[in-house]
Amino acid sequence: MIRTVLTSLFLAFAILTAPALAVAPEEVLDDPALEARARALSAELRCMVCQNQSIDDSDAPLAKDLRVLVRERLVAGDSDGQVIDYLVSRYGEFVLLKPRFAWHTLVLWAAGPAALLAGLIAIVLALRNRSRRGSQVATSGSANLSEEEEERLKALLEKRDVAGND
Amino acid sequence: MIVELGHYALVLAFALTLVQCVLPLWGALSGDDRLMAVAPPVSVMLFVLVLISFVALTVAYLNSDFSVLNVLQNSHSAKPLIYKFTGVWGNHEGSMLLWVLILVFFGALVGFFGGNLPKDLKAATLSVQAWVSAGFILFLLATSNPFERVAGPPLEGADLNPILQDIGLAIHPPLLYIGYVGFSITFSFAVAALLLGRTDAAWARWVRPWTLLAWCFLTLGIAMGSYWAYYELGWGGWWFWDPVENASFMPWIAGTALLHSAIVMEKREALKIWTVLLAIFTFSLSLLGTFLVRSGVLTSVHAFATDPARGVFILVLLCIFIGGSLSLYAWRAPMLKQGGLFAPISREGGLVLNNLFLTAACAAVFVGTLYPLALDAITGEKISVGAPFFNLTFGPLMVPLLMAIPFGPVLSWKRGDLHAASQRLYAAFGLALLFALVTFWLWGMEKVLAPMGVGLAVWVMAGAVSEIVTRVKFFEIGPKRGFSRLVGLPGSAWGTVVAHFGVGVTVLGIVTASAFQEERIETMRPGDSIELSGYEVTFDGAAPRRGPNYTEEVGHFTIRKAGAYVAELDPSKRVYTARQMPTTEAGIHTTGFSQLYLSLGESRGDGAVDVRVYYKPLITLIWIGCVIMSLGAVFSMADRRLRVGAPKPAARRKAVQTAAAE
Repeated sequence: MIRTVLTSLFLAFAILTAPALAVAPEEVLDDPALEARARALSAELRCMVCQNQSIDDSDAPLAKDLRVLVRERLVAGDSDGQVIDYLVSRYGEFVLLKPRFAWHTLVLWAAGPAALLAGLIAIVLALRNRSRRGSQVATSGSANLSEEEEERLKALLEKRDVAGND
Repeated sequence: MIVELGHYALVLAFALTLVQCVLPLWGALSGDDRLMAVAPPVSVMLFVLVLISFVALTVAYLNSDFSVLNVLQNSHSAKPLIYKFTGVWGNHEGSMLLWVLILVFFGALVGFFGGNLPKDLKAATLSVQAWVSAGFILFLLATSNPFERVAGPPLEGADLNPILQDIGLAIHPPLLYIGYVGFSITFSFAVAALLLGRTDAAWARWVRPWTLLAWCFLTLGIAMGSYWAYYELGWGGWWFWDPVENASFMPWIAGTALLHSAIVMEKREALKIWTVLLAIFTFSLSLLGTFLVRSGVLTSVHAFATDPARGVFILVLLCIFIGGSLSLYAWRAPMLKQGGLFAPISREGGLVLNNLFLTAACAAVFVGTLYPLALDAITGEKISVGAPFFNLTFGPLMVPLLMAIPFGPVLSWKRGDLHAASQRLYAAFGLALLFALVTFWLWGMEKVLAPMGVGLAVWVMAGAVSEIVTRVKFFEIGPKRGFSRLVGLPGSAWGTVVAHFGVGVTVLGIVTASAFQEERIETMRPGDSIELSGYEVTFDGAAPRRGPNYTEEVGHFTIRKAGAYVAELDPSKRVYTARQMPTTEAGIHTTGFSQLYLSLGESRGDGAVDVRVYYKPLITLIWIGCVIMSLGAVFSMADRRLRVGAPKPAARRKAVQTAAAE
């Protein structure tokens, strides 16, 4: 029992922590512009057998295959988008480290901005509430108007407004 | 025998926490002094018992007692002594024991130093701390007992995960845990305040130093972990947005927000309710982090062993503590009195803005970390959320925050004047613009974002400095009096300046290291050299070498600049014998704040080897900035005002008055 646990641990660690040296010299493309695109793309693609590593960072054989694949597609003249589409069609969306913006990732993408917006609204409301309460406190000493008086005041003010408009 | 003693001490500690859970709180609520007096000695005793248990486990490790399952699975007789010691917390059970040790240590600190706290607040706080302790000691005893024995022990252990066999393990987890778990005290304070239904001046004064302490250690812990990953994992990255990293980063963000809102509460009695909520959130995120790392929901270097029973146990604890405290909050928070009013443009307003952006950033990281798990659980769809996502969502939230940092300290309390404040920042703005333009002039359109990043970093740094310079009117009154006034400033003012300066330093490191990094990947034969950023790196050859519990292939490199010798580097690839696990040891040469980073790859036969060389300009600033930030926290903690207790409450004053009246 212990042994099986240990062996599985070994395996897990062996996969996790293979010595990291990602892009090997022979993979590098001759065209620097193309290579730069390949590197940028690789940083956004996940090595699916690793823990949260991009294929650019990972040394797993699968990552190597993917890096070569990305470069082959680029050399063949694919655009960045086409390469991504191709990989997603083969490996599913799991391969993307930056999920696509779609219905099922709406919450994910919107969380930060929504929190910011919600916070902003809450602060504005709180401030408005407070200044209203503050002014009430300020005026309450001099004039405590009953509801009836409030109504009359309002009516008077409205009348003046109407008169002013004429 | 010693091992059983440790086990027994832990059981005893559990029994004692149960006492602590009930009696002091009962006393606090019923006003019984004798019951409240139970809390301080018991809190110290708890610490002693858990310490005994921790020492017992340490002794088992130092003696390589393989009849203890935990030692058997995680140690090896040939392991160097320091790793036998640090290996105590290099595994699930041991690290949880360290967690609990720090938890009760903080309780003991409050028990010991809390002399100037109101009695009922102190008793209630220690009770709440004991609830958390009870939960986690029970977790240890029930699901992850570090003292379990094996019958017929083998002669040799399975060794510690080689990645953890590093000085980093001696420093990173203790620092991180002190930070993580340190927030438990602010949590206990907050819950105690809710239970007692009041947040008085003493409460406000106590929260900030404890938050500072925890934040200081958490900052150092995260920075240390980042540097460790940087030199150990071998591909030169320093932050990976790994879920486990996020688990420690979220409490840090929330803690930073807490730190700032606590200032408002202390100075102006405003934002009390929000501060209580933040204190609860911060520790809840620490608990969540513990859950994520320890439950096996995520797998990573940090998740030592996975066992569903543990996951469920921590999840239950999580629900009780977070759910309980939030329900309590919903029920009692409306009873707390709200304090001072302030205009939107004011120091308070600035701190609210800080809280807004930090909270939003924390929410973004939170959702990014948990969304893939949730989506998988609900729809079975698997997606990945990695660094590109976080850079895109977290980054933009940080930019306005960084832009706003220098304004905060120059605004006055209650009602600030933005125009007057900006006048004090003209010099800083000019300097930032200058640096941005120079960067742009040097690199042009090739790197568009870099000048903005550099400008932003300089803005934050110069803003921090100019705040203090204009504050003491340094140039108006002449350097001599200026210096004496600088020295005379309160520690918390220095804390702000230093910490904000540190933020700028870290930002500068991040910007330069990511924008101007250069790298070369080559297959090198002995005698080959490559050029990088003005350095000439020559490969002299590789040779095998034996370490105590590993064998390694060491490459020897000579670094020259313009023909002159600079340094020799020996990066290596190791294989640890017990686990047959390979690791890389990078060769790093530091010049100024920049580093040259070498790591070895596959060997190609006939002495050739794949080599990756990076030049990382100003990269050490990333960690130096973090150290400066925590230094800021130290300055702030040294502030005299924080050590002087709150003014003695009404009781004594009344006594004096009545005495005078008579």
